Amino acid sequence: MLYKKTLHELIELVDRGEVKPLEVFESLLKRIKEKDEKINAYVNYFEEYEANDRVGILKGLPLAVKDNMHIEGKPTTCSSRMLSNFIAIFDATAVRKLKENGATFIGKTNLDEFAMGSSTETSYYGVTKNPWDTTRVPGGSSGGSAAAVASGEAIAALGSDTGGSIRQPASLCGVVGLKPTYGRVSRFGLVAFASSLDQIGPITRDVRDAAILMNIICGFDPKDSTSARVECEDFTRYLNQSINGMKVGIYEKSLMDCSQDVQVAMEESVRILESLGCKVSPIELPHAKYAVSDYYIIAPAEASSNLARYDGVKYGFRAEEFKDLKEMYIKTRWQGFGEEVKRRIMLGTYVLSSGYYDAYYLKAQKLRGLIKQDFDNLFKEYHCIISPTTPTEAFKIGEKADNPLQMYLSDIFTIPANLTAIPAISIPNGLSKNGLPLGLQIMADVFREDIIFKVASAFEREFNIRDKLPLD
Amino acid sequence: MVEKEEVQRVAQLALLEIEPEQMDKFSRQFNEILEYMEEINELDLSQCEAAFHITELKNVFREDKVEPSYNRDVILKNAPDSEDGAFRVPKVIER
Repeated sequence: MLYKKTLHELIELVDRGEVKPLEVFESLLKRIKEKDEKINAYVNYFEEYEANDRVGILKGLPLAVKDNMHIEGKPTTCSSRMLSNFIAIFDATAVRKLKENGATFIGKTNLDEFAMGSSTETSYYGVTKNPWDTTRVPGGSSGGSAAAVASGEAIAALGSDTGGSIRQPASLCGVVGLKPTYGRVSRFGLVAFASSLDQIGPITRDVRDAAILMNIICGFDPKDSTSARVECEDFTRYLNQSINGMKVGIYEKSLMDCSQDVQVAMEESVRILESLGCKVSPIELPHAKYAVSDYYIIAPAEASSNLARYDGVKYGFRAEEFKDLKEMYIKTRWQGFGEEVKRRIMLGTYVLSSGYYDAYYLKAQKLRGLIKQDFDNLFKEYHCIISPTTPTEAFKIGEKADNPLQMYLSDIFTIPANLTAIPAISIPNGLSKNGLPLGLQIMADVFREDIIFKVASAFEREFNIRDKLPLD
Repeated sequence: MVEKEEVQRVAQLALLEIEPEQMDKFSRQFNEILEYMEEINELDLSQCEAAFHITELKNVFREDKVEPSYNRDVILKNAPDSEDGAFRVPKVIER
């Protein structure tokens, strides 16, 4: 049952010569063939093991990648009809770094179309099911990656997070998901959604695996002009350390909007952190309640610009019948994009259009600065801030599909980290009454992933649900 | 309240089309979202600086160095239509 193991366990087994990476690949492939018809975590999985000759810490072990990042020679669909025939011609920098460290790949995971959604329901390739309860969503947009890791269809995966798209599905599927500081991981080769918010990060079964992948994918990249010139560090150094004396702020107001299950889980996590020697105190984030509005002005604005490139000329889908160039553009975009993508492009076009720019976009950028100030002030006093990752357990498939505003509000706790560029992790925080996973979010100041790893690792040692993952 | 004509105008700006039978639902949802966003008008933002970019990076330059690029034939394989090493599009110039 190699597919049940964590990445670091498998690295050790391969190191000791007890397991070959090909055996892990075959174990995963068998698991995918049994499970994926039901879960639909993958857009594409690979039948052939492509060995990696480079010697590296990943030892030839197979990983999964969200289908909005390029692996050269493989399709990148972004779960959209628009890119349904697109083959990547280069590696994303994060993928290249994984290859240089000995990784191989098992497949490309499903997402909300162009990563726009919180449930993986907007995928052109069908909804991904939550492996804990297949009548429920896995979250999104990296729902395929989270469901694959939780169900044993992947050992570990990459996701991308623009407003919570790594952390929210990690929370709803009972796994670990980290959004690094903006600029830590190169966005080169990640299909752009909202460029000032997008960030690649790991989705794994434990905190150590997240640290191992972060050690590899971080680092300056001249091909991403927003990439940060920050030294790479060994994040595994921060595991299993004492967090005695750490000052933790809890965003208590957030709990008012949460289900009772989530409130109880948060009380329990405060108790655990206190037992580990943390001083936990309530904090205020005066502008956080405006974060969803702020985000749904800024992200669609950037998306409307980024997605202007899909015109049926250079790559991707082109409509078959049209009478002139303009009609080709319109029909291509009308037929190639799904409803939610069109909605976001429209919202973005509206808030940027003349007469509305000052009323929406300019105000939103000012508000973004205020939200950032709230966090800057808090991090002078606190090492980290905790909140639930999501207000509720995984919701039912279809429950919010027809109500975009309700769907947007499910990202209320994750969005602030994207707006402010700070790193944030979601780790498992017990189960709801219905036996579904809940998540604890830990946020720290920019480039302070060290604090996140220390706290997450210490918390996980006291409290984890790994033995309950739906791996059987 | 954004009227349907305005929604149609935005669609044209974005080179999109809203199916006529979808228009009612689409503009209702569009308005619901914009109404929710009205909450930001509670705030006096007149004295705030706009945070157009959240990192402190400014003017990121690099050496103007020639490097090999991607293979043209490989790039054109992804094109819906191409000829003689170029993308082919419908005629845009009237004689």
